Amino acid sequence: MFHWLEQRPFFFTVVLFLFIAFAGLVEVLPDFAKSSQPKVGTKPYSVLELAGRQVYIKDSCNACHSQLIRPFKSETDRYGMYSLSGEYAYDRPFLWGSKRTGPDLMRVGNYRTTDWHENHMMDPASVVPGTVMPAYPHQFKNKADIATAYANANTQKQVFAVPYDKPGMPVLGSWNDAQKSALEEAKLIAADMKNQDVKDAVAAGEIPEIVALIAYMNSLK
Amino acid sequence: MQNGATIEYDYSIAKAFTFATILFGIIGMTVGVILAFQLAFPGLNNLAGEYGTFSRLRPLHTNGVAFGFTLSGIFATWYYVGQRVLKVSLKESPFLMGVAKLHFVLYFITILLAVVTLISGITTSKEYAELEWPLDILVVVWWVLWGISIFGLIGIRRERTLYISLWYYIACFVAVAMLYLFNNMAVPTMLFADGAPSSWIHSISMYAGTNDALVQWWYGHNAVAFVFTTPIIAMIYYFLPKESGQNVYSYKLSILAFWGLMFVYLWAGGHHLIYSTVPDWMQTMGSVMSVVLILPSWGSAINMLLTMKGEWGQLQTSPLIKFMVMASTFYMLSTIEGPIQAIKSVNAIAHFTDWIPGHVHDGVLGWVVFMIMAALFHMAPRMYGREIYSKSLMETQFWLQTTAIVLYFTSMWIAGITQGMMWRAYDEYGSLLYSFIDTVTVLQPYYTIRAVGGLLYLIGFFMFAYNMYKTATCGRRLDKEPTNASPMGA
Repeated sequence: MFHWLEQRPFFFTVVLFLFIAFAGLVEVLPDFAKSSQPKVGTKPYSVLELAGRQVYIKDSCNACHSQLIRPFKSETDRYGMYSLSGEYAYDRPFLWGSKRTGPDLMRVGNYRTTDWHENHMMDPASVVPGTVMPAYPHQFKNKADIATAYANANTQKQVFAVPYDKPGMPVLGSWNDAQKSALEEAKLIAADMKNQDVKDAVAAGEIPEIVALIAYMNSLK
Repeated sequence: MQNGATIEYDYSIAKAFTFATILFGIIGMTVGVILAFQLAFPGLNNLAGEYGTFSRLRPLHTNGVAFGFTLSGIFATWYYVGQRVLKVSLKESPFLMGVAKLHFVLYFITILLAVVTLISGITTSKEYAELEWPLDILVVVWWVLWGISIFGLIGIRRERTLYISLWYYIACFVAVAMLYLFNNMAVPTMLFADGAPSSWIHSISMYAGTNDALVQWWYGHNAVAFVFTTPIIAMIYYFLPKESGQNVYSYKLSILAFWGLMFVYLWAGGHHLIYSTVPDWMQTMGSVMSVVLILPSWGSAINMLLTMKGEWGQLQTSPLIKFMVMASTFYMLSTIEGPIQAIKSVNAIAHFTDWIPGHVHDGVLGWVVFMIMAALFHMAPRMYGREIYSKSLMETQFWLQTTAIVLYFTSMWIAGITQGMMWRAYDEYGSLLYSFIDTVTVLQPYYTIRAVGGLLYLIGFFMFAYNMYKTATCGRRLDKEPTNASPMGA
């Protein structure tokens, strides 16, 4: 049979494709719908948090930090409750990472504060002596992309039926509404920060990347 | 044309991709060495502002070596091997020649754009699928062009039976097409901006959370399979018999290894998600199938090593044979190491640690890069009509790079297992023994050894580039094409 196939490229390729595709079909189809159900209490990200998530992605934080707590005592003692599938229902893309050069961040909002992050992102060694993490001073200058974060949230709402604007869920509203509420949220964060440039920018209606990133970090619980 | 009459093959595209292989190899590996030194000496992170941090550069390294260097090598060998095993020249079809040229140009542009976008932080964050949607579309276009080239050339072939190497090239084409399309499904967010001045290049994944992870590692693991494994096996099945003048040891073993690999490989993706939130049966399946995968992997490797039966003396006389035999050996090491890491209890310690990059690198440095370099060394005298410039330089390069790989993976094995054990260590009162930073600072010596290993390897790659350049420009001219052993200057 194999020798027959080796002389007929078309049938060879068809049989080959079936061999390759088989595992994917069996693995992907059965549980696909089930595992994307949100856990009770899981809420979509606010626009500012999504902007922070974009900063996290832009600077590839996921290259060194995981967001997946495995069900071992040594992990739950260190990072908190192990991860549940439903907690990720609004994560597009997922940010589990594959390498812990730094610690897991799945529930970092439970044990780190705004001012800790501010010091850490400006100069990691100042709060964690011996760290190998780079400093990210540019996040204090670059402005967060709130417009794309709004488009991101609205895409999730329109295409994937993520429950923005539903009772008890974050309000998205129009682009104008979103800008206002993102700025309000940013002011609360900036109030806990000491960097004068950041405070001035927020007072002037602009949102530096660091503020959005901290909003996102604080939301990870 | 009668059997035995010479066909004049056209190597212009193979030469262009050879150039790209060397260029992107230098870029990708140099970035890799920078990353390695940044982990050992973190002060090196902030030399180029936001564009020089470890996190920004890491996708540039992985994409540069996987899609810049390795794919170029695959295409270079395809445009050389394809014509020869099908007994048909690209010259005979102006259409296929045009397709091949367009393939190269679009590919080259895509990789350059990838460098620019990744360093600017434009990324989807999904590993080895970081490119945003406009680039994804470009990738699809030249991948289809490559498909036209493969099946077009097959369509006008003179040799009826498809040689083993072709099976593996076709597998690479079909599988990567399927995996790439499904994993990169995304919605550009500008379509729903509702008046917000959002970025046109941004998109979000079609899948959320656990599903996204599942599709990603189904892709991520098998991109490794079908870029770093099958086309490289295609190369060794062609170049080892050619260079050594030996027949492939066993046809039956080739069949078993090929179809076995095709059936089992896709299942193994689940081993990236052990102890995660994907369904338990998939994790177990991924673990079990990874162990089964040893059979077809070793099948190919053993088939290659036994091809040298009775001719092991060539190992002493030819550095080219050395590269290929060492590549097979590293393939065996890597394909026994992977399944060990996929066993659940081992994975609990190994996952998230440096043992994983250690495993990847003994595979890619020892197997993929060695084999691609050997293939290009074998092709050079035939493409340029010249002797390989320097045999002694090849020997030096071989031993330098072999030493480099050993330094790399031994240091990463120790680093990974040390850190994995420290994360789970408890004291007598039942508290965690180490804070996270304790498990980082302890790695400094191993990070330094790894960086030195990487640097030695890079120096070896520059030797390769120099040797290839000299071969193309001033190697002694040959009056006829060598049949087997490639001629080498001193």
